[in-house]
Amino acid sequence: MDYEFHWNIVFQNMPELLNGAFVTLHVSVLAMLLGVVIAILLAIAKMNNTKFFCHVATVWVEIARNTPALFQIYMAYFGLGAFGIHLSPYVAVLSALVFINAGYLTETFRGGFQSIPTTQYSASKSLGMTSFQAYRYIILPQMLRRIYHPMTNQFVWSILMSSLGILVGMSELSGTTQRLQSLSFRTLEFFIVAAVMYFVITKLVLFSSSLLARRLFKGEI
Amino acid sequence: MISVQNVHKSFGDLEVLKGVSLDVEKGEVVSIIGGSGSGKSTLLYCINAIEPINSGKILVDGVDVHAKETNKDKLRQKLGMVFQQWNSFPHMTVLENAALAPRIVKKMSKEEAMEIAKKELEHVGLGDKLDVYPTKMSGGQQQRLAIARALAMKPDYMLLDEVTSALDPELVGEVLDTLRLLAEEGMTMICVTHEMGFARDVSDRVAYFHQGVIAEIGEARQVITDPQNPLTQKFLSKVR
Ligand SMILES: Nc1ncnc2c1ncn2[C@@H]1O[C@H](COP(=O)(O)OP(=O)(O)OP(=O)(O)O)[C@@H](O)[C@H]1O
Ligand SMILES: [Mg+2]
Repeated sequence: MDYEFHWNIVFQNMPELLNGAFVTLHVSVLAMLLGVVIAILLAIAKMNNTKFFCHVATVWVEIARNTPALFQIYMAYFGLGAFGIHLSPYVAVLSALVFINAGYLTETFRGGFQSIPTTQYSASKSLGMTSFQAYRYIILPQMLRRIYHPMTNQFVWSILMSSLGILVGMSELSGTTQRLQSLSFRTLEFFIVAAVMYFVITKLVLFSSSLLARRLFKGEI
Repeated sequence: MISVQNVHKSFGDLEVLKGVSLDVEKGEVVSIIGGSGSGKSTLLYCINAIEPINSGKILVDGVDVHAKETNKDKLRQKLGMVFQQWNSFPHMTVLENAALAPRIVKKMSKEEAMEIAKKELEHVGLGDKLDVYPTKMSGGQQQRLAIARALAMKPDYMLLDEVTSALDPELVGEVLDTLRLLAEEGMTMICVTHEMGFARDVSDRVAYFHQGVIAEIGEARQVITDPQNPLTQKFLSKVR
């Protein structure tokens, strides 16, 4: 192997890389938060008997889960652009990630909710709890335990998928890496460092998630 | 007193209760026996207002259970209910299971709720399991937890729906002993049961349910050992 590694240039550009990493985290967190909110609504819509909302939710979920993330980002950026709606790369990637997160999480939430036996609800009611109390203390806490790990996985997935931002010129970690390597021609070095940064970020997320889980769910599951 | 007056109840086209009347006095233990699908569980759910009724009336201490203006959540505080499947709350310890309702429904302080819960858990013989999670316990222990959880609300009545049916045979005894203890202490109970020995020895009266009506009701020993209705005779000869 006669490739000579030059790491200096990478370290000189560390502030920019870190900034890119921050944007990556930023867009993923936001995509997760918005995705969760929408998924809650879609899950309720899917379990609801009102046909219209149920159909909207189903179509959303089906498209989000059965088409490549890349297409969705292109749709948000170039597709909407063709109709005169020009989103910034950041907003385009954010919208696509929110769209996908909401689609996947809808099924996670619905499954989590339906996995709690209805007898838990009648048992709560028989103790004199109001419906609100039954959900607040019995149903939702158990549901949260079941959806917690799928949610963490979805978050990690968002972080990694946001690297597709590179294709629409977004300045997240991958986009920044792409730009810096093309200026310096130290392709391998930049991408190795970026990969390490992705790895560290996702590992940190997983680690803090399991710390939090241990605090939240002291006992079972 | 619980007074069930000519109650009719249908699920869609299926009439499950066809005019059931039953008065249970304070301090009395009434066992309900009968074949599968005869409406025994449904009656308990109607008394507890978990299921609505179509006609008739159910009074608990004079309060019309199904009247619109009745606060059903409040009413249920008087009526402890234990189900065939014990329904422990798996995300809470045994102590938290029993202390939750006193704390959030009766708005007791945490200490007070814990105190009462602990007492009731000792009462059913789970004093050494307070910090255990229910999923780590046997079915019999979980069923006793369900009983303690209901008792912690200091109910005036206990409605028990086949609380031993889902248990392994060797665990039935410990739960029946707990119920026997409650009966001796004067708790008013309606027990749906398949345990004929228990019905005979512990209850004051036994009602035999057949296809949505009470086909026979009378003094416990008499109904179990010397039933008058041929339907009761047939049922008892089969379960023995
Ligand atoms: N929620 C429901 N919806 C529709 N039908 C129901 C419902 N609950 C009970 N039923 C029907 O009502 C009838 C009486 O049921 P119930 O559970 O009261 O019987 P049971 O006497 O308790 O029987 P078992 O000994 O099997 O518990 C059955 O035919 C049952 O299928
Ligand atoms: Mg039943």
